[in-house]
Amino acid sequence: MSGRPPEELLAAARAEWARLEELPRPLKPRERLAIPPQDMPSQDPLERAGNMREVALGYYAEQARVEAERCLQCKNAPCVRGCPVRIDIPEFIAAIAEGRMAAAIEIIKRTSLLPAICGRVCPQESQCQAECTVGRSLKSVEKAVAIGRLERYAADWDREQGEAQIPETGPPTGRKVAVVGSGPAGLTVAADVRRAGHEVVLFEAFHKAGGVLVYGIPEFRLPKAIVRAELDTLQRMGVELRTNFLVGRTRKLADLLEKDGFDAVFVGSGAGLPKFLNIEGENLVGVYSANEYLTRSNLMKAYDRGHAVTPIHRAQRVAVLGGGNVAMDAARTALRLGASEVHLIYRRTEAEMPARVEEVAHAKEEGVIFHLLQNAKRILGENLKVTAMECLRYELGEPDASGRRRPVEIPGSEFIMPMDVVIVAIGNESNPLIARTTPGLEVDRYGRIITDEQGQTSLPRVFAGGDIVLGAATVILAMGEGRRAAAAINRLLAAGDA
Amino acid sequence: MNLILTKERLSEQVYRMRVRTPLIAAERQPGQFVILQLDTEFGERIPLTIVDSDVDEGSITLIFQVVGRTTHQLAGMEAGEKIANLVGPLGQPSEIHNFGRVVCVGGGIGVAPLYSIAKALRQAGNELVVVIGARSKELVILEHEMRALAGELIICTDDGSMGRKDLVTAPLKELCEAAPKPDRVVAIGPPIMMKACVETTRPFGVPTVVSLNTIMIDGTGMCGGCRVTVGGQTRFVCVDGPEFDGHQVDFEQMMARLGSYRAQERIAAEGCNLHDEALRKGLKE
Ligand SMILES: Cc1cc2nc3c(=O)[nH]c(=O)nc-3n(C[C@H](O)[C@H](O)[C@H](O)COP(=O)(O)OP(=O)(O)OC[C@H]3O[C@@H](n4cnc5c(N)ncnc54)[C@H](O)[C@@H]3O)c2cc1C
Ligand code: SF4
Ligand code: FES
Repeated sequence: MSGRPPEELLAAARAEWARLEELPRPLKPRERLAIPPQDMPSQDPLERAGNMREVALGYYAEQARVEAERCLQCKNAPCVRGCPVRIDIPEFIAAIAEGRMAAAIEIIKRTSLLPAICGRVCPQESQCQAECTVGRSLKSVEKAVAIGRLERYAADWDREQGEAQIPETGPPTGRKVAVVGSGPAGLTVAADVRRAGHEVVLFEAFHKAGGVLVYGIPEFRLPKAIVRAELDTLQRMGVELRTNFLVGRTRKLADLLEKDGFDAVFVGSGAGLPKFLNIEGENLVGVYSANEYLTRSNLMKAYDRGHAVTPIHRAQRVAVLGGGNVAMDAARTALRLGASEVHLIYRRTEAEMPARVEEVAHAKEEGVIFHLLQNAKRILGENLKVTAMECLRYELGEPDASGRRRPVEIPGSEFIMPMDVVIVAIGNESNPLIARTTPGLEVDRYGRIITDEQGQTSLPRVFAGGDIVLGAATVILAMGEGRRAAAAINRLLAAGDA
Repeated sequence: MNLILTKERLSEQVYRMRVRTPLIAAERQPGQFVILQLDTEFGERIPLTIVDSDVDEGSITLIFQVVGRTTHQLAGMEAGEKIANLVGPLGQPSEIHNFGRVVCVGGGIGVAPLYSIAKALRQAGNELVVVIGARSKELVILEHEMRALAGELIICTDDGSMGRKDLVTAPLKELCEAAPKPDRVVAIGPPIMMKACVETTRPFGVPTVVSLNTIMIDGTGMCGGCRVTVGGQTRFVCVDGPEFDGHQVDFEQMMARLGSYRAQERIAAEGCNLHDEALRKGLKE
């Protein structure tokens, strides 16, 4: 994240590659550690804050090979242990270093279903890259092998080869599986169950499939064409997609099993219930949940003023409350919608921010103003419209149960900032609809569906995974849970006692 | 799916459509609504109450007033065409019991959602007094349908072109003053009318239910855009409502939120000259 222009990064990578070609093979670990980490080419910060196009442009081929040469091919592969789905990282990186791209993507796809997506949105710095020996040796996670960028490079290379290969599906089994929700968990289950030859119907409440990948994460971070391509592949495999179908309302879950002939159901309905702060002024005009703000902009395309019917407030001064990916996405969207100032307000310090490091860096580069150790106390308005926000300063106190130092209010530190729009991005809880309309389906006190390791719920033939089980988590965990549940469903159906 | 079976014009800007959608028709209960979108890429999602359903035919009935781009476009569609996206039935069903004597007050287009509830209340054995309010005779809808349900039907128009020249709150007040007072009031219409109704019944302590038509996006509890304050607490109209105890609703706030995008909507509705007029009407009464 050096902010160096792409051409400069390319020239440097070319020179480095030429230098490496001169060295006797195999490279010594010392030589590998001396290779400079390759930065991600990005759109210029000022320019990109005015458009919706993807910010990170992806590695050049030369950069990918140079970065791949940094990998030490550790025997114990600590990175693999850090990967929730255990991608064979050193093996695919070795393939990239040797220019065997088809092999690289094949290795990734053995375990990951959505590499183009995960390569872009996984919090690698707290997963695979956190464990990487190179990063440890150089005493900085930021200098670890850029596993995520390499994964993305391989996946993008694959997509650019033209028509995606359609995974083979087994002979028809006559069994039918309902998948509820088309986010990463649902997409994964649909693919894996369909591959085993079972019929799959994917039910989605919205008019478009993709879950958070489509309504939440903005275009500038995850181009929708990539999600679209994954959905096309699924449909070409024979998965039937039924949008505008809200399980629990359009049809009860039990009816799918008892009346509609489904042999099993997977629930991947996500964590779509926005939390609010319950402070004064939260229902004023101009206060949004991040879900609403992002849905208006992404799914309903409110940013495209020329075409979209759905409106969104185009405000001058916007405050975003929160410190996760959702908060970063909302703040950066607000800039792109024309705000002159975007203030991000977070109760703890930057070290505790749950957002991906890259998103935090991008947000800062684009001009989002960070207010750390502060929190909103109330939202002020005139004529029922937001005009300002009263904040309170905090300091770090004793560590709490999670080991993080707890922020404590500094009494009397209130101050007021004028605002036109306030976006609440403090997290999501589980949508209770399915649990409420499905007797016998057990949930915990946060409304998350309770499952065993295999995704089996308290009801026979009903499985669940992703955010509805984990609480608001990550794409890769949702995919991993989907994989395990799909395997369990396939076993159940193969055993024939469903 | 979502095939428009029939379309008819009930008044200048109000249309009735029967739409084939067997699953929604089968599950639907009085008080519930659908969300409709006409263009998958750029269209907006708008809630419409399901006025009636026919399980055998697999159809639902929608009644809408032309107020914005989507309803304007919908009004231009004909039988035989399909609605791109329709999801439902959404929201909590109405509370239907035999309460005794119920006064149902409907203003303007609000008579449509009121009809589905009145019908269910009647079937549950209630005695109904129906009050319909409209600006003028031409804008009175569902008069015959309501007459068939109600023991007594009172029509009020602003200009006196039909029934009484009065606001709906006048007969409502009289009904509350008479003995015995009504056991329950259901009031559906423009927010300002519902607010006036709850203020009318409040001194008499007559339980008054209102059905809120806030701005919505998903209709499933995901965005919070539909939230209102009821009894000091934030509630989501799409999943907790649309019906609430009218005496607890913060109408001022609800009206402000409903009007949040008015300026922008006007731009969006350019080319639709009915729009401004419709908005004025919708908010009048
Ligand atoms: C703005 C934002 C940014 C994020 N950024 C990142 C990131 O950078 N990296 C990362 O790893 N994670 C990120 N996350 C989290 C990640 O997106 C989620 O963990 C992941 O999408 C969960 O997947 P899922 O399949 O469980 O659910 P979802 O993606 O939430 O999908 C659930 C789907 O089910 C549908 N649905 C719900 N109920 C029903 C029903 N009753 N009937 C039919 N359909 C239903 C919903 O409409 C939705 O489409 C982000 C989340 C948000 C909101
Ligand atoms: S830990 Fe780092 S250096 Fe070792 S194999 Fe994994 S990516 Fe390569
Ligand atoms: S419309 Fe989104 S929560 Fe009600």
